[in-house]
Amino acid sequence: MDSILEVRGVSKSFGALAACDAVSLDLRAGEIHALIGPNGAGKSTLIKQIAGSLAPDAGTVHLAGEDVTALDVAARARRGLARTFQVSALAMEDTALQNAMIGALGAAGAALRFWRPALADRELRGVAEAALSRVGLGDVTGMRAAALSHGQRRQLEVAIALTQVPKAYLMDEPMAGLGETGSEEMTALLGGLRSEAPILLVEHDMRAVFALADRISVLVYGRIVATGTVDEIRADPEVRRAYLGEGA
Amino acid sequence: MTPILLVEQILNGIQSGMTLFLMAAGLTLVFGVMGLINLAHGSLYMIGAFAAAAVAGATGSFALALMAALAASAAAGAVVERVVIRRLYDRDHLDQVLATFALILVFSEGTRWLFGSFPLYLDIPDALSGPVTLPGGIEYPRYRLAIIAIGAAVAASLGLLITRTRLGVRIRAGENDREMIAALGVDISRLYTVVFALGAGLAGLAGALVGAIRSVQVGMGEPVLILAFVVIVIGGIGSIRGALVGALLVGMTDTLGGVLLPPFFGLFMEGSAAASLGSSLASMLIYVLMAGVLVVRPSGLYGGRA
Amino acid sequence: MTRETLVNIALALLLLAVPLWAYTADEPFIITLATRAAILALAGVGLNLALGTGGLVSFGHAAFFGVGGYAMGILASHAQGYVPLMEWPFTVEGTKSMPVIWLVAMLSAGLAALGIGALSLRTSGVYFIMITLAFGQMFYYFAISWPAYGGEDGLSIYVRNGFPGLNTLDPIQFFALAYALLMLALFAMGRLARAPFGLALNAARQSTERVETGGIGVYRLRLTAFAVSGVVTGLAGALFADLNRFVSPTMFSWQTSGEIMVFVILGGVGRLFGPVAGAMLFIVLEHMLGGVSEFWHIWLGAILLFVVLFARGGIVGALAGRADG
Repeated sequence: MDSILEVRGVSKSFGALAACDAVSLDLRAGEIHALIGPNGAGKSTLIKQIAGSLAPDAGTVHLAGEDVTALDVAARARRGLARTFQVSALAMEDTALQNAMIGALGAAGAALRFWRPALADRELRGVAEAALSRVGLGDVTGMRAAALSHGQRRQLEVAIALTQVPKAYLMDEPMAGLGETGSEEMTALLGGLRSEAPILLVEHDMRAVFALADRISVLVYGRIVATGTVDEIRADPEVRRAYLGEGA
Repeated sequence: MTPILLVEQILNGIQSGMTLFLMAAGLTLVFGVMGLINLAHGSLYMIGAFAAAAVAGATGSFALALMAALAASAAAGAVVERVVIRRLYDRDHLDQVLATFALILVFSEGTRWLFGSFPLYLDIPDALSGPVTLPGGIEYPRYRLAIIAIGAAVAASLGLLITRTRLGVRIRAGENDREMIAALGVDISRLYTVVFALGAGLAGLAGALVGAIRSVQVGMGEPVLILAFVVIVIGGIGSIRGALVGALLVGMTDTLGGVLLPPFFGLFMEGSAAASLGSSLASMLIYVLMAGVLVVRPSGLYGGRA
Repeated sequence: MTRETLVNIALALLLLAVPLWAYTADEPFIITLATRAAILALAGVGLNLALGTGGLVSFGHAAFFGVGGYAMGILASHAQGYVPLMEWPFTVEGTKSMPVIWLVAMLSAGLAALGIGALSLRTSGVYFIMITLAFGQMFYYFAISWPAYGGEDGLSIYVRNGFPGLNTLDPIQFFALAYALLMLALFAMGRLARAPFGLALNAARQSTERVETGGIGVYRLRLTAFAVSGVVTGLAGALFADLNRFVSPTMFSWQTSGEIMVFVILGGVGRLFGPVAGAMLFIVLEHMLGGVSEFWHIWLGAILLFVVLFARGGIVGALAGRADG
């Protein structure tokens, strides 16, 4: 089975602190691979290095077989990596539709078009509107991001990623701050997404993780201590020790 | 270009660097601790110079004039901080730039209204006038040496302040995490007023010191302010050491460039063309230096944040 | 039709009506004031793209204003002196033809903007502001010390340059030229703002990360915007020099950079017709308050402070409410 996203031996240190220590994992087609770990384990540092906003000290990142380690965020996004943020990164003054268009524009390489209005481009607009409908924001496309509820903003984050029609998704705590209904809806949405493109999912919400994950990797103090199916991880003594302490 | 002249120009470069350091240190502290860019810093320089000139004119004492400069600019700084600057900490940089630009207008025109458009003069005190004979038989103005000494003393004191005192600890902590030290009970608003007034005082001191070499007039602060910006870009924001190194680099480049470039061009061009090309390029040299540093180190030599 | 569109139309008509009235009332000075407003508005339109849409706080736009002005000054002075600009490897004569001058002005300003932008945009935040300010100063000091074109005293052009078919010395005709260029620029800016480029640039102002993550390189986006903004401000500079028949290093000064920024802010930063409203207000203040007191800059400072602290949307913001999507 081909790995869509491959992280090999990625390391990053800040002074004496090794935030990531020779981390290797891969994301296979059709799967949701969850990345979990206690706070401070280095998950966000790892995500930044995969996305391209932080350069690793060592190691490589491959996307669909291509080495993208030297590429910046925008270049990796154009090659098919879509990312959602733990804290929503949205253009708050713009409408949901305008935000969704950003992903569509980027994927189409259309940012340097100067004349025809963006919203008049039926193709791009169609992509954006379809994505918004799919996440459940079809009724509020004209609403400013600032006026959306927290849950709606998390949905918008996912919608923008959808418009990019990526090869792989990198999702950083999409459930963050969602209530029960919101989490259920998001779980259903992500579950349906995996057949289109695999998802590397960083999450704290264990219910969602156990419901969605095909595989789980556990990151503790910058190192992957275990990778396996849900049952394997549940039973793994190292994981239990990391989360529950000694003698668990 | 004789060796004596060269040494003299190097000393001039260091002297100019020292006054730039006084300006840049205040600016970089304010930015490092409060995250605020202050265009009105040049006005504080000007206020110091005017206060010194006014007091020197009234009392004849240069020492009193310097103290007046420090007091007036620090006080002006404290007042401005409480009335205007305070509202800007949470605003974006554009608002800070505009508001402090507005302050420049108010201060410049206000000073012109009070003192008129003609320059004032501040005399070098007798105790510091005349030349000093340096090793090697070089004669150099005593006053300029005094400026270098004052600058070095201020640099050393600031260094001690930052590393050894309670205030210094708060300043360094504030540079790293404003919200945290507020949560820890440090009186942020007082800290900010103190830091701002300190920076203002340094600017005023610089203004007074330079006022005796050049004249004291409205608008004297802004060109120095912009040079101080160049210093900070080169040295890195928030770093006193960066401000010192940057200021000396800029001071030397500016002085030596103006003196060395025209003769350099004179080697293969004829007289007046060499002189004009040389001096024109010399005027651009510090900016070329800044651009060069930017290409290699976008955050400055000692900087970390923007 | 949105409220903002109505306000824009009103502003455009006002800027046209005043000089037309002055023409019938035989007040050529008022026509000249209106021309000044139109030209300064054009300079602001350029800055507004970088500052308002792009969020790039460029405090050195006078560099482009001055480059445009000096392009005019150099070309026209060589023409009026009958001395070619250069003779080797090929002869380049001066010119007093406005279209040619405008083209040269826009090209040179655009190149300057590309150069300054390429360096400055590698930084952000406060560094960017300081660097653009510094580069503006660089041009200023260079212009002062370069003796060939007047240095500190500046350069006088005795006769206004020519435009085919018009008598450019006639105030109302020169106004018409400036006004037409302003309206053209505003039209182009309007299209730009609604196009994918404008959408992406505006979004990048709000969240650089969002746009980068969407696959759009923000550096290239901003550099393009900065260059275009320099081109427009450069054209305004050439017109300004022509209006005054004089160009001097002051066009490069930080005060000029500040003034251009002031009109943009007073009018409403990021709003299409903001610079028009701001420039008109500035001219009115300059003329009225300046007549009352030579210290009128204090009042300008106070108004600016008020707007920044309490009325961020400027004139257009106050009249038209929140910006449309």
